[in-house]
Amino acid sequence: MKLSRERLIQSDGAVSVLVVFLGFLVGTILIALVGKNPLNMYKAILQALSGYNIDNGKMNIRYIAETINYSVPFILCGLSMGFANRVGLFNIGGEGQYIMGMTIAQMVALLGPQVQGLHWVLAILCAIIIGSLWGGLVGVLKAKYEVSEVVSTIMLNYIALYLSRIITLQMPGATTYKTANFPETALITNDFFTKITNYSLLNNGIFMMIIAVIVFWFIMEKTSLGFGMRATGFNKEAARASGIPVVKSIALSMAIAGAFAGLAGGIVALGSFKYGRVLSGMDNYGFDGIAVALVGNSTALGTALAGLLFGMLKNAQALMQSKQIPKEITFIIQGMIVIFIALRSALILYQQYLDKKKLQKEVGVK
Amino acid sequence: MILGMLPSVLMIVAPILITAIGGMICEKSGVVNIALEGLMAIGACTTAAAHVLMEMAGVPHTLSLFLALFMGLVVGGLFSIIHAVAAINFNADQTISGTGINLLSTGVTIFASQILFNADRTKEFMMGMQTDALGIYPTAYIAVAVVILSWFLLYKLPFGMHLRACGEHPGAAESVGINVKKMRYFAVLSSGVLAGLAGGCVVLTQTIQYTSNTINGRGFIALAAVSFGRWNPLGVTGAAFLFGTAQAFAIIANNVPALKVLPSEVFNILPYVVTLVALVLFSGKNYAPSAAGQPYEKGAS
Repeated sequence: MKLSRERLIQSDGAVSVLVVFLGFLVGTILIALVGKNPLNMYKAILQALSGYNIDNGKMNIRYIAETINYSVPFILCGLSMGFANRVGLFNIGGEGQYIMGMTIAQMVALLGPQVQGLHWVLAILCAIIIGSLWGGLVGVLKAKYEVSEVVSTIMLNYIALYLSRIITLQMPGATTYKTANFPETALITNDFFTKITNYSLLNNGIFMMIIAVIVFWFIMEKTSLGFGMRATGFNKEAARASGIPVVKSIALSMAIAGAFAGLAGGIVALGSFKYGRVLSGMDNYGFDGIAVALVGNSTALGTALAGLLFGMLKNAQALMQSKQIPKEITFIIQGMIVIFIALRSALILYQQYLDKKKLQKEVGVK
Repeated sequence: MILGMLPSVLMIVAPILITAIGGMICEKSGVVNIALEGLMAIGACTTAAAHVLMEMAGVPHTLSLFLALFMGLVVGGLFSIIHAVAAINFNADQTISGTGINLLSTGVTIFASQILFNADRTKEFMMGMQTDALGIYPTAYIAVAVVILSWFLLYKLPFGMHLRACGEHPGAAESVGINVKKMRYFAVLSSGVLAGLAGGCVVLTQTIQYTSNTINGRGFIALAAVSFGRWNPLGVTGAAFLFGTAQAFAIIANNVPALKVLPSEVFNILPYVVTLVALVLFSGKNYAPSAAGQPYEKGAS
């Protein structure tokens, strides 16, 4: 019994489950406190998760597909944050990298060569490249000029937002909120998915996301590059002393992190919309990616699962609103989850306290 | 023309400066608070909601303004307790708990508006703060008072020296009998209180209601002003003025025909680019309190 408790405290996965549970608990209590029925929130979540509408007994597979589609950018932005996190960096810049990826993808979609099979590939590739440049810049500033990545990424987020507006407003057919429609060759829609899922927006982005998850896992766990990065994250000085190029590790890891977020931007631009968007505010996928990576403990599989959770919550928002539950409850749940993750260090203190008690008992001190 | 700009510059600078001073006090004690943005939002929402409700109840205007600002300040302080408990008692990662509060604030503020006003924003109030004879909002005077008080507190009183010691070398501070936890609690709470107050100042001077776009990165700019201002009140004031002027310029540029050819976004970018370039140019020597961001474990050396 005692052993299992120790194991649970030390298991990252178990703690993540506990943290998510606590987040939902707070959300449920809050809904009840303001006089609404928490059951409606769970009905919405059930429908987002399984497509089953418990009130009229109807099943619609479109909801499942939308949940998956929403989770694609969450997972990719989570990978972005997670990758930097493993090297000991805090990438708040996922949002800016995402916006830049989206903007360039839109630009290539509108201006690029309309060749079947090449057009969208080019757009996605450009999104990945600009994302990695935007992230790599942070890495260079950090490694060379010791500019805190927390501050520089925040600045770059806003620069990206306004830069995106400047660029997109110059695009063909641009009004204050959208551009002309993309040519068919730029879209990554999947007709088969559209047909079997009742016209959901699920698209080929899901395949790219799966590849990205595998690439993340492979670089981190199976290459010497990933080893050097993880070593830098554990102990920078020890890594430097054993000959790992720390500066290069930092810059490169931020570039790779940016690539994931840039890809997310490209997928959203070409998969979920048929025209370029002139952003009036941030999409917040990049910020939520922070929470996704934290819940997923910055591992490939954990981040994928956490991203699905967040995608489901986002998909459930509209359903909640229609059931008179303010949809902002999902943001509160997400925020509480992150706060509980911060508080998990209390578990370590608790474990130390238990160990001390045990030791005192063994040596017979009262 | 420069003089004519001054009132709007002051209007924009005041809340950023108030928040940045709070952030500075917090980092001086050894706790990094990236939740400033969220705390400002919470203060802004509280103030806007309180003011509009009191207006409807017929509370006199000045009293209502004062009470609304006070409530924003208190609620900002209350939410910062989360950060204090996480960072000081539980040795949590301060960036994570700050991010958590930022995420939470977007939810809490709009959720509250949904409950109170049945909309994704607070109801518009009829009258915000009024300018004085010089065209300057009272918030500017509040900011000046905050700067002077913080300087006096940090550099002229033993209390301030103790607080700074906690940020430089908590172990040494503890060994001469300073209660590091208490000091850090004071610092985190004051950053919450000041951010809440600043949020209220934004709402009452620059807009007529709280929406999810009201704060729009001002807290993050304040955070940058702390490091750009090298963690001292005068430097932080200078940094806040630089950003504020850059932001005011975006508004002014709209009225200057020669600058109108450029898209307004060019001026919107300005404060962020200036910050980034400044951080690179003035990099090198590290002025940050040496223990900032590190949890302090009593007895561990």
